[in-house]
Amino acid sequence: MAKESEIKLLGTIASSYVNRVQFALNLKSINYEYIEEDLANKSKLLFTSNPVYKRVPVLIHGDKSICESQVILEYLDDIQPDSHPLLPPAPLDRANCRFWASYIDTKFFPLYDEMRRTRRQAGKEAIKEQMIEATRLLEEALIKSSNGKAYFGGDEIGFLDVMLGSCIRWMKFIDDLNDFDTFDEVRVPELGKWAKNISSHEALKSATPDKETLDVFFAGANAHRPPYDD
Amino acid sequence: MADEVKLYGVDGSPYVCRVKIALNIKKIGNEYVVEDLSNKSADLLKYNPVHKKVPVLLHNGKPISESLVIVEYIDDAWKAAPILPRDAYEKAQARFWAKFIDGKCIPAIFMAIGSHGEEQAVAEAHEQLQFLENELNVKGKKFFGGDNINLVDIAATFIAYWVGAAEEALGIKLVTKDKFPKLIEWGGNYINCQAVKDGLPPREILVAFFKKRFGSA
Repeated sequence: MAKESEIKLLGTIASSYVNRVQFALNLKSINYEYIEEDLANKSKLLFTSNPVYKRVPVLIHGDKSICESQVILEYLDDIQPDSHPLLPPAPLDRANCRFWASYIDTKFFPLYDEMRRTRRQAGKEAIKEQMIEATRLLEEALIKSSNGKAYFGGDEIGFLDVMLGSCIRWMKFIDDLNDFDTFDEVRVPELGKWAKNISSHEALKSATPDKETLDVFFAGANAHRPPYDD
Repeated sequence: MADEVKLYGVDGSPYVCRVKIALNIKKIGNEYVVEDLSNKSADLLKYNPVHKKVPVLLHNGKPISESLVIVEYIDDAWKAAPILPRDAYEKAQARFWAKFIDGKCIPAIFMAIGSHGEEQAVAEAHEQLQFLENELNVKGKKFFGGDNINLVDIAATFIAYWVGAAEEALGIKLVTKDKFPKLIEWGGNYINCQAVKDGLPPREILVAFFKKRFGSA
C-alpha cells in the first residue's frame, strides 16, 4: 500500500478527468494528498510536473509525475495490481477496454464541450444525434462486456466503469442546459440503469462535484474556451 | 494450435504501418489483406463497425481496432521481444508520449503539411515536435525506447518516414537538421531497424499520395 505522503494528486474538483483518478484511487484504497489547482492561476508545481499540457490531473508519486487520466489509471493498476484491479487479465478484454476508453475520450466526451460551445439550435440537434449514436454503441458494449452483471467490468467496477462513470456528472450538467438526457432509460435501458447505479457508488460519490462547483467551472470554460461565433 | 493472424490495411497508412512493425518485432506470421477504402470489404465493416477504418487485426477470428490498442494487444498476447517497458513508471511515460504523438503532434504536422508550410501552422508543429526533441535529448539514447525501439518509436513512425515524403512532395521543410538534430538522427536510425524497414511502404507511393492530396494545381 502506498504511503500517505507518497502520492499527490493535482486537480480541480470540477474536472471529470480528475474525478476519474479520484474514483480509481478510492476503489484501490490508495491514500493520497489532494492539491487543488486554480486553473486561472496555475502553480509552479503544475508547470514543472506537466510541462507538455500544463493541465490536471497530474499524479505525483515520490519524485515522478504521471499525466493524462487514462495513463494514470493504467499506472495505478501497474503499481497496485492486487487492490481492485481495473483492467481485466485477458489481452483481448484489455484491448476491448482500451478501444472503448479511446472512443469515450476522443469521440464521445468531447461532444459535451462541443454542445457547450454551440449556440445555434440546428448545431445542437446535430450534436444530440451524435450523442444518441454514441450511447447506442455504448449500450451494446455494456451488454457484451457486463455479461448480464451490473458493470462493464462484470461483478466489479472495471476500467470502463471508471472511464465513463466519472463523466456522468458533467454530461448531466450539459444535458440539463440542452433539454437532453444522455442516459435516458427508455432509449438506452442498460446504460441508464448503469449510470444511476454507479453514480451512487461511494467511491465515485465522494469524487463528484456539486452544482455550485460546476456552475463556476462552466463559467470558467465559457471564458477560457468561449462559445463559437455564429 | 497455430495462431491465425490477419491484418487489414492499406500500404500508405502510417497507422497500419505501426501494426506491421509490431508484428515484425515479435516475428508473428500474418496474412496481410489490402483494403480498398473507397469500397470497404464486408469483413472490414464487420470487424470494425464503429470506425470502419484500418488497421484491424484479426487474431484467431477476434478483431482488434485502433493502432495503439492493437500494438498494446500484440505486446500483451505475445511475450517475446517486449514493446513496452516493464517498469510501471517507464510504461506510463511510454503511453503518455504515444498519446501525445497521436493527440497533438501528428494533427499539428498534418495542419502544417495541409497548409503547404504556412508559417503559423509550421510554428505550432515545431512547438509539439520540440517536446519530442527534448525527450530524446534528456534520454540520450538511440531510441525513445533506449537501446531498442518501443511503443513511442513505433507511434512516431509517421515522423520518421511520412514527413520526409510530404516535404519532398510539396517542396516544404518541416523537420530540419538545424532545428531538430536529435529527431533527424533518431529517424535515420529508426527506419534502418530491420523490423521497421520490412514494414515501411515504398517512399514513392507516399510522395505520390501527398502530391495528389495536397499538391497545388
